[in-house]
Amino acid sequence: MLIHKTASAGTLESNDVLVTVAPGSGIQVHVESVVLAQFGGQIRETVLDTLSRLQVTDAVVRLNDMGALDCTIAARVEAAVRRAGGDA
Amino acid sequence: MNKLTSNLADAIRASGLQSGMTISFHHHLRNGDGVLNLVLAEAARQGIRDLTLQASSLFDVHLPLLDHIKSGVVTGIETNYMSAGIGRAISEGVLEKPVIFRSHGGRPAAIASGRVVIDVAFIAAPAADSMGNANGVSGPAACGSLGYAMPDARYAKRVVVITDHVMPYPLSPCPIEETDVDIVVQVPSIGDPKGIVSGTTRITRDPVGLSIARLAAQVIEHSGLMKDGFSFQTGAGGASLAVTEYLKPILRAKGIQGSFGLGGITGYLVDMLKEGYFAQLLDVQCFDLTAVESIRDNPQHQEISAERYASPNARSCAVKSLDAVVLGATEIDLDFNVNVHTDSNGYIMGGSGGHSDTAEGARLSLIVAPLFRARLPIIMDKVTTVTTRGSAVDVLVTQRGVAVNPRRPELKAGLAAAGLPVLDIRELQSLAHQFTGVPRAVKPQGRVVAKVEYPLGGIVDEIRSVIS
Repeated sequence: MLIHKTASAGTLESNDVLVTVAPGSGIQVHVESVVLAQFGGQIRETVLDTLSRLQVTDAVVRLNDMGALDCTIAARVEAAVRRAGGDA
Repeated sequence: MNKLTSNLADAIRASGLQSGMTISFHHHLRNGDGVLNLVLAEAARQGIRDLTLQASSLFDVHLPLLDHIKSGVVTGIETNYMSAGIGRAISEGVLEKPVIFRSHGGRPAAIASGRVVIDVAFIAAPAADSMGNANGVSGPAACGSLGYAMPDARYAKRVVVITDHVMPYPLSPCPIEETDVDIVVQVPSIGDPKGIVSGTTRITRDPVGLSIARLAAQVIEHSGLMKDGFSFQTGAGGASLAVTEYLKPILRAKGIQGSFGLGGITGYLVDMLKEGYFAQLLDVQCFDLTAVESIRDNPQHQEISAERYASPNARSCAVKSLDAVVLGATEIDLDFNVNVHTDSNGYIMGGSGGHSDTAEGARLSLIVAPLFRARLPIIMDKVTTVTTRGSAVDVLVTQRGVAVNPRRPELKAGLAAAGLPVLDIRELQSLAHQFTGVPRAVKPQGRVVAKVEYPLGGIVDEIRSVIS
């Protein structure tokens, strides 16, 4: 999927994550998280898996994570990608 | 004889306060307290340095303390609890000497034994007379019980009562008595009522918290302790408070007459007293306005000192007569050790308060906690900091089931026979990991910034600085 514009999904509530997706070249993922020390690697992996499933090859993805579970992260990334890609 | 002055500077000079001394404060005004900041600012103005602060708790309203640390006015801190703003600075190493953490019972025990010597106690008093008789139930900053201040008044070398509400002699009631008081200072305000007591405390509406509370009440029901004379304490946290609401129908159905509710008292325990579930409340600290009004108006609602509450050196104390206590946890480990001192990144954000005292004293100690909060599993292989030893903890209650300490096989059998979901603590941990993943262990590796002293004495754990 092609990223045409900047879009976001999610909130800054506890247990949620705010994901912003913007056009870019290649994949860049920036993670800020209250559980970065404990789960930084897993969060990044979930983002990359979701992007790959949606066939996104060029995007800048920023996460402001308040302790979301992987299912939440995947859902927020997908929603942001679809909004940024003009699907939704 | 005149003890009363309206000049704090004169009072501090008259108290004999000098550099290097230990000064004490109580925390009944909580995050509305104005007295600690007033005294430290005046001490700094007088050029006094190298003070050790002996505080029953510190809140973020006391953040000006950090400036007094940086300028050398305060060089030591001993306390039972520290809120996250001050805790963060301590964790980052602002104070050279390690903080000594005690518990609400360990502190008066250390003071009474002479191991901790208070040179000057500064006692914030919502009401006082000109001779220093003081209470917490009158005046604009009424906070209810003054339980944590009583040992300070009794054992300190010099006692300064600071009030904004002078009443005619002789004041009654007087948990702080004139026999112990050297000086009375009248100031315009001792604190902001909005930060002292909340208007009401509310039980959680979170469905996870409510299901934990319901299960905790069932554990107590089937613990063998539900008999006439039942006694109970709960923390003021979300799920802990909700346990009271689930206990009432159980007590009613069984026709049980309880003996006392203990602790930090909230409106929920006051309701239980009024509705006849308990004969007495023993109150070391009031958490809301309902509790303040009740301790003022109801003779069955007794004010008790921190010594009577929980001092292990006293000939007896209330926690040793306590049947069940419901407590929270930031982390609990596979050996049932509990941490309420540090967050999962190692930053100080709390302290024992009465956690270890009540867990050690009560016949049944329940820890209520969700399986995870903001992705962090509550059950760890090892807690970041040991506040309360696992040997004092009987049951962990989560939304998915309860884990019983292997030291209590008869309790485990009784709960299982009652049909409660009893699991091994490792099973609950892996259940949490199915949702969260397995966290990478984080343990700060810097220098020692705090030591945790257990109620009976002895250091149970050390807290190291977080190096970012």
